[in-house]
Amino acid sequence: MKKKTDAKHFREHLPLYLMLLPGLAYLLINNYIPMAGIIIAFKKLNFAKGILGSPWAGFENFKFLFNSPDAWIITRNTLLYNVAFIIVNMVVGIAIAILICEVRSTKLKKLYQSAILLPFLMSMVILSYIVYALLSSENGLVNNSLLAALGIEGIQWYQEPKYWPFILIIANCWKGVGYGCLIYIASLIGIDPSFYEAARLDGASKWQEITKITLPSLTPTIITLLLLSIGRIFYSDFGLFYQVPMNSGVLFPTTNVIDTYVYRALIEQGNISMSSAAGVYQSLVGFVIVIASNWIVRRVDKERALF
Amino acid sequence: MTDSKSSRQFQIGINAVLILVTLMVVLPFLLVFVSSITDENVLIRNGYSFFPEKISFYAYQYIIRQGDKILRAYGVTILATFLGTILNVAMSALMAYPLSVRTLPYRRGITFFIFFTMLFNGGLVPTYLMYVNYFHIKNTLWALVIPNLLLSANNVLMIRSYYMTSIPDALFEAAKIDGAGHLRIFLSLVLPLGKPILVTMGLFSGLAYWNDWTNGLYYLSGNAGQKLYSIQNLLNQMITDIQYLASGKVAGNIGAEVAKLPATSIRMAIAFIAMLPLFIIYPFLQKYFAEGITLGAVKG
Repeated sequence: MKKKTDAKHFREHLPLYLMLLPGLAYLLINNYIPMAGIIIAFKKLNFAKGILGSPWAGFENFKFLFNSPDAWIITRNTLLYNVAFIIVNMVVGIAIAILICEVRSTKLKKLYQSAILLPFLMSMVILSYIVYALLSSENGLVNNSLLAALGIEGIQWYQEPKYWPFILIIANCWKGVGYGCLIYIASLIGIDPSFYEAARLDGASKWQEITKITLPSLTPTIITLLLLSIGRIFYSDFGLFYQVPMNSGVLFPTTNVIDTYVYRALIEQGNISMSSAAGVYQSLVGFVIVIASNWIVRRVDKERALF
Repeated sequence: MTDSKSSRQFQIGINAVLILVTLMVVLPFLLVFVSSITDENVLIRNGYSFFPEKISFYAYQYIIRQGDKILRAYGVTILATFLGTILNVAMSALMAYPLSVRTLPYRRGITFFIFFTMLFNGGLVPTYLMYVNYFHIKNTLWALVIPNLLLSANNVLMIRSYYMTSIPDALFEAAKIDGAGHLRIFLSLVLPLGKPILVTMGLFSGLAYWNDWTNGLYYLSGNAGQKLYSIQNLLNQMITDIQYLASGKVAGNIGAEVAKLPATSIRMAIAFIAMLPLFIIYPFLQKYFAEGITLGAVKG
């Protein structure tokens, strides 16, 4: 009896399953087959024998990876850059959002909001052109105009790893700050204006309004955005670290991250075992971190949790 | 009253800071444009500058007259963006509807199947080997359209939530009573009412395709691949060439290699025309961009 109704139920829903089919097929190919492909990291890959026919290597590939100095450098760079990006973009984003919301002229308000999001729309290649125009040692704007005017000798930016943490943090902030800023503005607009009226009646200063009303009201947004970005802390923007430093080998100590390492090992060196080991390392640790951070989001604010 | 005076000063203060911020955002774009209309010799002599000694539209004339490669890349970008966005929106819109039907058997399982792709991925190596060795995607137009960008689980789930929360249940009930099947409901109810979210998602998908250069980097190579370069890939290749020349690893005749590289002003002009469509559409579509972001619609 139950079987029969199930079958009828299924037939009635058949068009729905057909609608799902193209998308599910795509995810199966684009996402699930490569997930199964992580076994490559445990194989000694031999193309003649194919992936499944290649002999197992156990943890050999991982041993090689973690015995090389690169493993530590790429892990450190990935984590530290992400921490810096999260803090800088959050502080700058909140500051700009608060300022924009204080502006009385609606026209100017709109102008600032539009401008701040503009870099977000551009590709990393464009960003790399802008950074090159500023920092190129022969004809960059910084060496030729700024430093020359100050009487300082030009700096070989693309040869000096020590400057790159600052360059990348600024470049990332320039490109990405508008994204968070818009979210903060949306949540600032939601604050009940009667709080501010009451504060003004009590003679509160602007600074007190910000620290006592604005920031506490933003806290839920801040915490969820923070935890969501912590969930992505083991991943980085490949373009920012590959393209903006122009793939310059001298800069690797401060620009190499897991994503760029995986790419270079695979495409430039054809070293599939190292590359796949680093990729699996990223996938697994990234997975643990995303689950953990979501667990925390759920405890803080269930609504905002991914799952 | 002193109060209004201090508040006027406060307004002047914050506007001054925000104008500074706006300049920091806008000036780099201006630098790209100004360098593209700077005389090449002046550029080489004085470097990039906001106030060039001599203006020249040579770069744009060059692109129009001799820029076969550039115009071709522009065409490829438009084609890949168009194709990818249409497929993306169609697939997402179709997929989101069944997930919004509460009575669908296995709905939770299917949703999890989609959602899990946001938590875990196989990484570049297996993806690359699969697309290259089993789907033979290398040096085809599909290389720019299919990998990674064709469907975003996040967007599908956002569209589903929109269907579920913004379309009144009563409309579905009425349609069912009228005897409409799922396909009819989808075409005549869900699609028209879901338009705002589909436009927003389509916009972000289009932006991702327009700006993408990684698929080209991974899956296009050699002469056959270069013919399919998008404008971003072309820009990427030129900046890679500069780095290669600067690294001193060039084996043959450096002069000949340098001569092959387009002049600085031409490179900046290409960068500018790659950005131009975004500048043009932005004022009109800004609302959708802002909505998409605050919805949490964009993958961070």
